[in-house]
Amino acid sequence: MYKLTDVKKDYPKGRQTVHALQGVNLEIADGEWMAIQGPTGHGKSTLLQILGGLDRATSGSVVLDGTDLTRLGEGSMTKTRATTIGFIFQTFNLIPTLTAQENVETALVPLGVSGESRRARAAEALASVGLADRVRHLPSELSGGQQQRVAIARALVKEPKVLLADEPTGNLDEDTRDEIIALLEKLWRDKGLSMVMVTHDSSVARRAQRLGLMRNGKLTIKTKV
Amino acid sequence: MFFTYLWRELRRRARQATFIAIGLALGIGLVITVTAAAAGVKNAQASVLHSLYGVGTDITVTKAPSTSSTGGGGFGFSFKQSVGTATRPKAGSKIDDNTLTSDFTLSSISSADVTSISKLDDVAAAAGGLTLTDRTVSGTVPSFNTGTSGTGGFGGRSSTSGTPGGFTGGGTSTFNTNSFVVSGVDLGTGELGPLSTGTISSGRTFTSSDSGKDVALVDSSYATTEKLKVGSTIDIGNSKGAATKFTVVGIVTEPAGDDSTNVYIPLTTAQTLSGLKNDVNTIYVSATSGADITSVANAIKSDVSGVTITDQDTLASQVTGSISSASSLANNLGKWLAIAVLIAAFLLASLLTMSAVSRRIREFGTLKALGWKSRRVVFQVMGESIAIGIVGGAIGVGLGFLGAAAVGHFAHPLTASLGSTTGTATPGGSRAFTGGGYPGGGTGGAGGSGGFNGGFAHAAANAVPTVTEHLTAPVTLEAVLAAVILAVLGGLIAGSFGGWRAARLRPAAALSKVA
Repeated sequence: MYKLTDVKKDYPKGRQTVHALQGVNLEIADGEWMAIQGPTGHGKSTLLQILGGLDRATSGSVVLDGTDLTRLGEGSMTKTRATTIGFIFQTFNLIPTLTAQENVETALVPLGVSGESRRARAAEALASVGLADRVRHLPSELSGGQQQRVAIARALVKEPKVLLADEPTGNLDEDTRDEIIALLEKLWRDKGLSMVMVTHDSSVARRAQRLGLMRNGKLTIKTKV
Repeated sequence: MFFTYLWRELRRRARQATFIAIGLALGIGLVITVTAAAAGVKNAQASVLHSLYGVGTDITVTKAPSTSSTGGGGFGFSFKQSVGTATRPKAGSKIDDNTLTSDFTLSSISSADVTSISKLDDVAAAAGGLTLTDRTVSGTVPSFNTGTSGTGGFGGRSSTSGTPGGFTGGGTSTFNTNSFVVSGVDLGTGELGPLSTGTISSGRTFTSSDSGKDVALVDSSYATTEKLKVGSTIDIGNSKGAATKFTVVGIVTEPAGDDSTNVYIPLTTAQTLSGLKNDVNTIYVSATSGADITSVANAIKSDVSGVTITDQDTLASQVTGSISSASSLANNLGKWLAIAVLIAAFLLASLLTMSAVSRRIREFGTLKALGWKSRRVVFQVMGESIAIGIVGGAIGVGLGFLGAAAVGHFAHPLTASLGSTTGTATPGGSRAFTGGGYPGGGTGGAGGSGGFNGGFAHAAANAVPTVTEHLTAPVTLEAVLAAVILAVLGGLIAGSFGGWRAARLRPAAALSKVA
């Protein structure tokens, strides 16, 4: 699925240059669940953004299914994000003015899916995360856990190959966290996704197949769970 | 999704959207109001010019009198040459003098020049006109007291003061004075000349068979004042001071503020009575098209030396009064105020849109992460701005109609006068009465009263007509369309700034702000 070779990412911060990634090498197999842990500011999110095509590596190669993302143009990168990669964010990042169903539909808009089909697929995705009765609710009318479920439905409605989750339980209480992780694990298994999850929570990280530790921009594969 | 998202977003930012829309509405409303007011003033000016100028006339040709001939002009007494000298009318002698003289602000032009001008290229027609003043003085000459510093006599005034002269001799006197303006009308070219703006309210107009006859048309206002009607007779003098009885064959109603002509008579008759045979003092010219006016004017200047050319533009520049102020206000202050408000509204809309985009960075970053192209995000932002612009435009059009109605309702009636420029005559009269009084005259004796104030005052009032026009502010379809275009443009400008900012967003940067 993924093959990262000597990936470096530098960016300026004031007069200094921050070396966010310093030669990351990583392979992620199809259907693998990998968790990445590490202290804040050591490059976890940067790595996730590069994996998701949201940012570009300064050097090195990031190959996804045989395509080097570092060589893609902006249009192709956008298309890859639209078709292949699903994102889940710590803060859910739902559009506050749109209902749960409409939020899920936003993931299908760039694919050119017709309105009717969009609505049907969105409703189905929401049902799969247990929110069939919340389709017309605005994010502000949902709990944190429900909002994250909507975000998961949005990430999965387009049937991506990869799911990238950036601290998906960071804003949730323990019970809700367990519910969400259980849901993600189920979906991962059912859909055969590759899943990369950044988390501070060791109890969550332990459930992944593989754990990577990011420290000072360098990735160390610690253990196989 | 586009419209759902747009509508929901506008509802979420209802207060800000309303603020932007009202700003745009104010700017657009102001533009419409100012445009309507300017159109109203333009219409009023056109109406005034129509009144003062005459239908069908593109150019008038006059000739200013030479400087030496502008003094006084004579009052027309048969004894005028001896006024102020040792020979003067005997006290107690009767005066009954009715003279018809050329308007002394105009010099004569040969009738041959009318023919010559009519043959110029691009000239559709040319007609001569003769503007004359009939003055009647009747009464008894009073006994004169000899002043302490010289011989008595009529106190002459300079030619440009406009203040009527008067007797400065001693004693009292009673004179009946009357003055009215007579226009000689070229019967061969009825579509041109002083009668072109008038309509016959009773009786008939001239026919070619009236040439050389003692028939007259009388202005309706003058007819009312003098109790004249069709069939009445009116005395018109000649160059020698003798009166001829004219039969009134028609009453003419001229537009408000039209020239000061009181009585119209056939041109040939006017020329004979005034002793100006083969002369006119105004030539009315119609060009074959509006585009030819300038070339025709230049051709006339070359063809006839020393003439003054007046067209509607030069006439418009002489219009004074509140209509002129309103025009200036609408064209200068109003226009710039509207532009300033529009620019301010556009800037406000742009800044607020950019501010809104800044607050939605996470939102747009998320959409980009979901695979939305930058173009789609930009369209979404621009769509919202254009929607606000359209709403602002609709409100602005409403405000514009209200403003225009308010202008029409509350604006004071506009007045217009034609400035008095010696030698720059306008067709059919309406010139300032410049000069007056008796020529010459020795130093007057002290004391005494009496004079000709009445007659001169009447003449002066006639000379500079003031037209009152009610200001309307018509909102044209073009103005409404322009407003809608401006509104959409405002939305586009604001949306472009916001969209530009949204397009520049890197999804990682946008998301890292919240991660």
